Amino acid sequence: MIQILNDDVIAAISTPAGTGGIGIVRLSGEKAFEIADRIYRSPSGQKVSKMASHTIHYGHVFNADGRVIDEVMLTVMRAPKTYTRENIVEINCHGGSTVLNMVLQTVIDAGARLANPGEFTERAFINGRIDLSEAEAVMDVIDAKTEAGVAYSINQLSGGLSKKYEAIDKGLLHLLTYIDAALDYPEYDVEEVTERELDENIRHLTGEVEDLLQSAKVGKIMRDGIDTVILGEPNVGKSSLMNKLFREDKALVTNIPGTTRDTIEDYINIGGVPFHIIDTAGIRETSDVIERMGVERAKQMVGQAELVLFITDVSRETSKDREAWQNLLRDKKVLYIYNKSDLIDGAAQSELKEDLKDNEVILSIKTEAGLEKLKHKMVKMAIDSETVQPADNPVVSNVRHISLLKKVRTDLQSAYASLSSGMTMDIIEIDLKEALDHLRQITGKSIGDDIIDQIFANFCLGK
Amino acid sequence: MAYQAESYETIVIGAGHAGCEAALATARKGHETLLLAINLDSVAMMPCNPSIGGTGKGHLVREIDALGGEMGKNIDATMIQCKMLNTGKGPAVHSLRAQADKKAYQFRMKEVIENTPHLTLRQQEATKLIIEDGAVTGVQVRTGATYACKTCVVCTGTYLNGKIFMGEVQYSGGPNGMFPAQFLSDSLRDAGFDLQRFKTGTPARVDEKTLDYSKMKVQKGDDEITPFSFETDHIDIDQIDCYLTYTNEKTHKIIRDNLDRSPLVTGDVVGVGPRYCPSIETKVVRFADKDHHQMFMEPEGLHTREVYVQGMSSCLPEEVQIALYRTVPGMEHVQFMRSAYAIEYDCIHPTALKATLESKDVKGLFFAGQINGTSGYEEAGAQGIVAGINAGLLLEKAEPMILDRSQAYIGVLIDDIINEDATEPYRMMTSRAEYRLLLRQDNADLRLTPIGRKVGLISDKRYARFLKKKADIEAEKQRLKETVISPSDKLNAILTELGTAPVNSGVSMAQLLKRPELSYEKLAAVDAGRPELSKAVREEVEIQIKYDGYIQKQLRQVVQFKKLEEKRIPEGVPYDDIEGLRLEAIEKLKSVRPMSIGQASRISGVNPADIAVLHVYLESHRELYQK
Repeated sequence: MIQILNDDVIAAISTPAGTGGIGIVRLSGEKAFEIADRIYRSPSGQKVSKMASHTIHYGHVFNADGRVIDEVMLTVMRAPKTYTRENIVEINCHGGSTVLNMVLQTVIDAGARLANPGEFTERAFINGRIDLSEAEAVMDVIDAKTEAGVAYSINQLSGGLSKKYEAIDKGLLHLLTYIDAALDYPEYDVEEVTERELDENIRHLTGEVEDLLQSAKVGKIMRDGIDTVILGEPNVGKSSLMNKLFREDKALVTNIPGTTRDTIEDYINIGGVPFHIIDTAGIRETSDVIERMGVERAKQMVGQAELVLFITDVSRETSKDREAWQNLLRDKKVLYIYNKSDLIDGAAQSELKEDLKDNEVILSIKTEAGLEKLKHKMVKMAIDSETVQPADNPVVSNVRHISLLKKVRTDLQSAYASLSSGMTMDIIEIDLKEALDHLRQITGKSIGDDIIDQIFANFCLGK
Repeated sequence: MAYQAESYETIVIGAGHAGCEAALATARKGHETLLLAINLDSVAMMPCNPSIGGTGKGHLVREIDALGGEMGKNIDATMIQCKMLNTGKGPAVHSLRAQADKKAYQFRMKEVIENTPHLTLRQQEATKLIIEDGAVTGVQVRTGATYACKTCVVCTGTYLNGKIFMGEVQYSGGPNGMFPAQFLSDSLRDAGFDLQRFKTGTPARVDEKTLDYSKMKVQKGDDEITPFSFETDHIDIDQIDCYLTYTNEKTHKIIRDNLDRSPLVTGDVVGVGPRYCPSIETKVVRFADKDHHQMFMEPEGLHTREVYVQGMSSCLPEEVQIALYRTVPGMEHVQFMRSAYAIEYDCIHPTALKATLESKDVKGLFFAGQINGTSGYEEAGAQGIVAGINAGLLLEKAEPMILDRSQAYIGVLIDDIINEDATEPYRMMTSRAEYRLLLRQDNADLRLTPIGRKVGLISDKRYARFLKKKADIEAEKQRLKETVISPSDKLNAILTELGTAPVNSGVSMAQLLKRPELSYEKLAAVDAGRPELSKAVREEVEIQIKYDGYIQKQLRQVVQFKKLEEKRIPEGVPYDDIEGLRLEAIEKLKSVRPMSIGQASRISGVNPADIAVLHVYLESHRELYQK
């Protein structure tokens, strides 16, 4: 069954998919301002809930950890003079589709619910807002919705993922079939599901959902960005690179080796792909305790990194330190950056260029020569690394999947809690059915008579 | 020859379980009612199993009773064994089932009907519906008489063009040796109804003297009987026993060797049978790896030796039936009294009906029971009372009574059959109800008696009693919430004794009751100020407190559900002209003609995008429909 109406705040990207340019995340619902206040800060500190209706404001969207997601313009519209006749907040983002999705994810994490296709229109309808003059515009929305509906279908999912959903679906249906058969046919010799089986199965399914949530890499990237570590010997230009990428003074830069005492991190959107970039302390065995802690931490960061930017100074000889790091970098995706190309002569540069590999780039941070090439290679390597799907994939559906998968997880946890507290099968069934319902919203199938069909396919029942 | 007989406000065709409830409802509402049966010895006949209730079905009976129907009282008065099923599970799936004395059941119902004012019972075979200007105006019978009416409820059960199958032996016939109704089908077709063939079957009735119960397992009733009717206080009877035995490989071999003689295999049976009442041959074929199947021996009454053999319905030839029954332990020398048979019959597509069970096209013409493609006495009775009440309300020009999926199993049943064209006879199951925890058998009166009162089927006396029960429940819940006991060694000793954790701060009785290890009865030890309350009240209080969290969860789901139900779709929406609707959706919507957006969203083949298109269309044309 579809659930069109809700009292909660709904959110969706209300501009067409695609990278670049401005995109809008729209929220509608009584508590839209409250949710906006959780994620948005204006330079003046003014609360969204205090802003006048139909005004536009500059500010930043932050995630739960206080990280800036994007620089935005925020439009506040108070009920009832809005499209849905509810409070509406529109967040105009600048960072392209991935950032747009991150903003949407942030809004959902802050308590909004992902809108069903066409739900804004339906709210507008329910609240008596739409009239004939707007019919045309509305039909456009619905066209978009139908396409979106198609995109959500299981066939559009990548093979591995769709198999996972199917397996969870099958597991839930199996449990429900056995529970319902036993409930509806108490006197037949139906094999009943034992509590132990339920316990094992629910935990197994929760684990599967958890794995999916963990491995929903696009989702992870939208939340966290691609973990990228800048490595290199002291004073090769790690912090300068970071500053160049961010165009501001993030890290302390001096020409004294070992100035950067700790990792410094930030987010940047390059070509629509979010990077979580970490600058590390100089790689050098040292007796300085503070610096030593920094080095240890850098080693840890490399362990977790999805991409390593390894910088060397082409004007100097490679030190033994680099070889020491080769062990750690063995299974890593590494982009080698030959910095300070402005310090070597043309002949040396040409020589370098001749056998340059795909994962190598010549750069001068000082003159910015090679900077664009570097960015390009970073995006390319990130996409190739399978941690990011190409930008034209239906990313929204993935956000939708994540939010629904979280519901499935909650339902399963609730079923498990009921089971643990000694509740009967019919009570546990309520949560399991809800879990299947939420899962089927991902795959676009309705439960209908599936359980009953399975009961009669699996059991010999009836007078 | 043809002649004009007297006039009635309502004519009910068929006096089975649907017809009896329908006729009693209209007559009790004060409308002159004529109840027709092909044979007056078939009033409230149970041509299949000798029992009322069961999972889901027991809920239906209690709901019929809560609305002011007769089925619950009738089985309370004539039961010979009773069992609450699923007591080891939660309250949502507790279901009552009673073995009936079949003849006593019939006699009592006939007596009630005969003694109900405004109700005339007549042995007549209806042959033709008189329809004028899109409304039913009369019913013609085989003797030539035409009775005028303003409303009519068709409850023809399995009589309509009934055909009996026993192997190669096949003939026209109604249930249990009755005559079939051979004329009304044509009249229904003339009135524009598309008919389909469904099939059902029944096992043999055998002579108890030839059974050896010592080789079977006894099945006893409950020590304390819970009545079906909320008006029955107590049932104290000597209960009969049922028995369980099993088929074996020998049985299955005989079946396999003779499958070619089954009309199901030869293709003579065209009707679609229900999956939940499979014949023994179907079970053996479909579940070939199962080496035995259950069979229950159920006595048909106190004054007969006939025993119903549940689990052994068949349409194999008679001599094969006898041979295979005799392979079963305890049945080696069994003598048949009535052979098993399959019956095929005409029914309508219930998608032609509104939620009131009135035809969408013929005003005043209602349908209830097996003619709507359902199976079961209880499903029939449930539709009968809804059709009867709504026929009465139509006569009174009052708002119709429509029960939704969150209110009653009856609502689930009707919503299911009118929205999804069934491909097999429909049986109620608890798993069909989304809000199972709200639709319990124990609270059927709380859910429906106010509605029964509103439509005029609940007496002042009964209603006063109901209000008292409701007040008692609320008062006791309040008391349990307010009664806080402080921790003490004595209290903790008792709690430990009861197998639950001790407390170290003040705790209310209600909080304690929520613990899975504790029950209302067990808490008596620590609850000194407890008032004297009926078992029904105590049970209700316990369930409402214990399952409060889950009940609230389902109530929240219902709030969402209701919003869409309340978005009405006016009649006459030109689905063909709505731009954006998919072709399949147009066809389905035109056929079902849903009353609300919620109902439309449950029609198979109508997807969320179609619903949005419909939504917008309705809104943009709102002024048009308000005129």
